Amino acid sequence: MKTIVLIKQVPDTETKVKVNPGETDINREGINLVLNPYDEFAAEEAIKIKEAKGGEVVVCTLGEKKAEEAIRTALAMGADRAIRLDGEAFAGSDNYATAKALAKAIEKEGDYDLILCGKQAVDDDSAQVGTLVAEMLGIPSASLVINCEVGDGSVTITREIEGGNQELEIAMPCLLTAQKGLNEPRYPSLPGIMKAKRKKLDVLSAGDLGLGADEAGAAGSKTAIKELSMPPERKAGQVFEGEPEEIVPKVAQLLREEAKVI
Amino acid sequence: MANILVIAEVKEGKLKKVTLELLSKGKELAAAAGGALEGCLVGSGVEALAAEMGQYGASKVYVADSGDLADYNGEAYANVTAKIIQDAAPGIVLVGASIQGKDLAPRLSAKLGAGLASDCTNISVDGGSLVVTRPIYAGKAFETRTFSSDIQIASVRPNVLPVSDPDAGASAEVAKVDAAAGDVKTKVLKTELTAGDKIELTEADIIVSGGRGMKGPENYAMLEELASLLNAAVGASRAAVDAGWRPHGDQVGQTGKTVNPNLYIACGISGAIQHLAGMSSSKCIVAINKDAEAPIFKVADYGIVGDLFKCVPILTEEVKKLKA
Repeated sequence: MKTIVLIKQVPDTETKVKVNPGETDINREGINLVLNPYDEFAAEEAIKIKEAKGGEVVVCTLGEKKAEEAIRTALAMGADRAIRLDGEAFAGSDNYATAKALAKAIEKEGDYDLILCGKQAVDDDSAQVGTLVAEMLGIPSASLVINCEVGDGSVTITREIEGGNQELEIAMPCLLTAQKGLNEPRYPSLPGIMKAKRKKLDVLSAGDLGLGADEAGAAGSKTAIKELSMPPERKAGQVFEGEPEEIVPKVAQLLREEAKVI
Repeated sequence: MANILVIAEVKEGKLKKVTLELLSKGKELAAAAGGALEGCLVGSGVEALAAEMGQYGASKVYVADSGDLADYNGEAYANVTAKIIQDAAPGIVLVGASIQGKDLAPRLSAKLGAGLASDCTNISVDGGSLVVTRPIYAGKAFETRTFSSDIQIASVRPNVLPVSDPDAGASAEVAKVDAAAGDVKTKVLKTELTAGDKIELTEADIIVSGGRGMKGPENYAMLEELASLLNAAVGASRAAVDAGWRPHGDQVGQTGKTVNPNLYIACGISGAIQHLAGMSSSKCIVAINKDAEAPIFKVADYGIVGDLFKCVPILTEEVKKLKA
């Protein structure tokens, strides 16, 4: 059983995001980068499956050298080896071009049974790359997976839907995107961290993947960021201190008469 | 310019509100740009809803109606919907950024080679091409995105765009299309609605949310009571979810749901940056916290410094009086 885990390195969720006017990326100075939290669920699930069924777990990302820190985290958790896609040709990739590159890398890798990734990256919040990859590979997929049982030639999964759950049986190979609740990701152990440093990590370029000049990066993209902006600042509100019996009815009144929300 | 196609979403035999929001906006954009607004209806027993889509501005509705499409199956819905889009040949496709819409949209993007922007909070058309604004980092920043593909898809966040008044005299031409899903490798074994009539957080008008200050799962009964009076959904902070007090689906914040209700009542939530990101676009925020220095007060319109175990019951009583 070979499972491929797609990951992304992202600013951690405690990051205070700053935007410089006119730029198309956030100010990255001093930002702490981590393995995308939802990808941790994906990595954990892949490693659990390997522990139960044998086989191997291959981690794949598109990102610069620095993204190897996130790769090493997944390897330290127990993944076996990794592929990193890098090079100028990938600059300006939107979700579509990113998915195309990942799909090409997966095709090149071949012989996979399952692909796992987070339901979304907590930086661009697009929640599309996983599903795009599956469609480009021509394999079935399910998003927001909170339970996964691997059977013979198929997986039975539970996914979140509005107001409840849906149980699906999907033929393998297939792709699943992980939602919080799928599992409790393990912390990498010290021996795991030491071992991760020696695990195989291949770096592939657009050329290695056989991607044409019009298939990768900005040229292979269908959308582009025009600019970033900050959300409107919230005006300072009114703060009430004192006896609850006095201040709470006052606020209730304001909600009714001033804010008109109740 | 080319036409705009709105992909409808049906819940319990009715069009979801986000579909009406998309039709309202689509009508405005199509009128401004000189194209037609059309609709796409996929499901079982949905044909009658085409008339309502007409009242909200669709001139033509493509209907794929089949018993096989009763439950949402991403693979089947994507096959049928992609075929409709190919036939209708719109320039712009709008879909709700609901759980279903966010599963469907990337499938269509790949099948059609169409650009997709997810979870947009504003959409406009410039020179026949779509321009969208969407939150990133759970709302800590926004991006403006442009498109270069022939078909341009936006999934639009529910509850953001207004619904315009329907025109009772308007009607839509109904085009029945092939509802065969083709080769599908996904089987829906069962669909379980656990929440009953629980209101979905991302679509709620009012949210009552509790954090670490709630001290334990049993105390959420207090918030449930207030929520039911207000017809509100109950949310939770990451601290409360990680402690196992509330299910994951209730989490508001960067690793949970991003919400934008009219009123957000934060009880015992300090306001970690990842939580604020998920709720600070709420129109009105009330914070109840005993720590006057809590960061939540920096985003609150109305802050109550006090013990939530005293304040929430008083607020509940006040709401009862106001609703009486």
